[in-house]
Amino acid sequence: MVSNPIMQMFARSPFGPIQEHITKSQECARGLEPFFLAVVEQDWDSAEKAQHKIAILEGEADSMKREIRLHLPSSIFLPVPRTDLLELVRMQDKIANKAKDIAGLMLGRKMTFPEVLRTEMVEFLGLALKTSEQAVTAMQELDELVTSGFRGREVDLVERLINELDDLEHNTDEQERKVRGILFEVEDDLNPIDVMFLYRIIDWVGDLANRAQQVGSRLQILVAR
Amino acid sequence: MDIIANHGTILLIMACAFGFFMAWGVGANDVANAMGTSVGSGALTLKQAIIIAIIFEFAGAYLAGGAVTETIRKGIVDAELLSQNPEQLVYGMMAALLAAGTWLLIATHFGWPVSTTHSIVGAIVGFAAVGISIEAVKWGKVGTIVASWVVSPVTAGIFAYLIYRSVQKLVLDTADPFKNAKKYVPMYIFLVGFVIAMVTLTKGLKHIGLHFSFGQSVLISIGFGVLAYIVGLVLQRRVKVNEQADRDYHFSSVEKVFGILMMFTACAMAFAHGSNDVANAVGPLAAVVGVISSAGAVAQKSAMPAWILLLGAGGIVAGLVMYGHKVIATVGNNITELTPSRGFAATLAAASTVVFASGTGLPISTTHTLVGAVLGVGMARGLAALNLRVIGTIFISWIVTLPAGALLAIIFFFLFKGIFG
Repeated sequence: MVSNPIMQMFARSPFGPIQEHITKSQECARGLEPFFLAVVEQDWDSAEKAQHKIAILEGEADSMKREIRLHLPSSIFLPVPRTDLLELVRMQDKIANKAKDIAGLMLGRKMTFPEVLRTEMVEFLGLALKTSEQAVTAMQELDELVTSGFRGREVDLVERLINELDDLEHNTDEQERKVRGILFEVEDDLNPIDVMFLYRIIDWVGDLANRAQQVGSRLQILVAR
Repeated sequence: MDIIANHGTILLIMACAFGFFMAWGVGANDVANAMGTSVGSGALTLKQAIIIAIIFEFAGAYLAGGAVTETIRKGIVDAELLSQNPEQLVYGMMAALLAAGTWLLIATHFGWPVSTTHSIVGAIVGFAAVGISIEAVKWGKVGTIVASWVVSPVTAGIFAYLIYRSVQKLVLDTADPFKNAKKYVPMYIFLVGFVIAMVTLTKGLKHIGLHFSFGQSVLISIGFGVLAYIVGLVLQRRVKVNEQADRDYHFSSVEKVFGILMMFTACAMAFAHGSNDVANAVGPLAAVVGVISSAGAVAQKSAMPAWILLLGAGGIVAGLVMYGHKVIATVGNNITELTPSRGFAATLAAASTVVFASGTGLPISTTHTLVGAVLGVGMARGLAALNLRVIGTIFISWIVTLPAGALLAIIFFFLFKGIFG
């Protein structure tokens, strides 16, 4: 039975696992919400627990990424270029990586947000996560795209989702500017090293949205051919 | 001549046993590849698939299996050269059956890729070329057969590509795929009924004594198509939109409509498979029966008795019922990727190609044709991931099976010659 050509020709589809991977990455990024709340409360026990959870999810996303790569040998025939798919997975994985970096750095330095920044910062994170959530939504159309051969109306639908993703990323950018502005106003009153790292965290939260947008543009490349 | 007169009955019984054994092997193994796609797509349950396979394998073998059987029987070996010692043809054909059957068992046991068509053709060429003489093989005809092994998967692939592209255009890429599925699926069903009936009527039915003119054939085929169309419409009425399932995967309800279509292509596939592969078992048997019943004359003219096809059809069904259902389940469970909309494109393309080959009298591999058809759907970018190494496997199965069948046939040929003299 091993050699039955009909059975042999169906390789494991990478599309389902890719969808699961972005769902996992998003779950990992969402772990930043309880983490930020704990940081605001200065509750370092909870923060550590939240960071630990993020690290575990990131590890899971990592091994999913490896699995996907292992099952995509070059002898496999796909409806889209293999390199584009691998690139897409790499981008998805970077969302989880960045979430882990943010939590790791903040916990390591026991960073806190200045009073004036707190609500804006939590809102900023919310916007970034909304952007990455939209990337998940767009990626959910992948199996329909396979059926319709990456053509036709399904493509229009996906393009619309990607446009929404771009808008959300833009909103996140605006919020980033606002947060930076607030920090700039008060930076002279704060410890310069803390400020330096705060700017870095702001940068990285923005990166979450940027990477989600990158996932969208990789998806766009898949449907644009 | 004495040998035939003295041992005729025992030779005949042995040939029937070998032929039945071979047909059993076809039913046990090959049918699974033809039916597994339908089970895997979820369009048919295992039980339905087996019932369809029993009915349509039998019908295909009996109604449309004649032309390929004739090719195997007398298209490969030049029997004129054997008019002096017809017993050699009897030994040879029996050796070919035994060789192909044995090779089938060995290869299946070790999990090697194997095609019944290739092993029987290899075996016949082997005993004729070595046991008799190089000139005894009709190399021109053999060349045509080998060419058809390349042409058939390619043709099926092109058909499947075009059919799946039309499905994308007419149904999947539209604003209301469900409505369009209900509109176009009956038309595809008509096409299935028409094509299969048409090829069978114009090419197949001579052997059971039915003759139709081309015009009559067209009319009857349209009748079959319309009948299938109506049955399809009735079945289709029961399919409703399932919004819950559609939220997760937008084409869930659409696939349910294609599931009905898939039932029809499954019938076509079983019919096609029976019509082509029965010959692997009964072609050599028919040659043996021809020699023995004419008491030694290498009769090129005599018609083939219908009971031979019935025996082959019965063997296929026996193999299917006793063992094949397990293989169908295994294949079906492993190819769930092939949803009805894709599966029907692949099976319709493969079935049409195979039935056409059957009508033309070309023994081809149903499995390889189906592989070609699935690749065609893949080319239309309709499948998630295909393992292209399968093409290499197919070529290896050629390179191994042809000499293996030939070698075994040569051994058995000289063995029979030694036993019976």
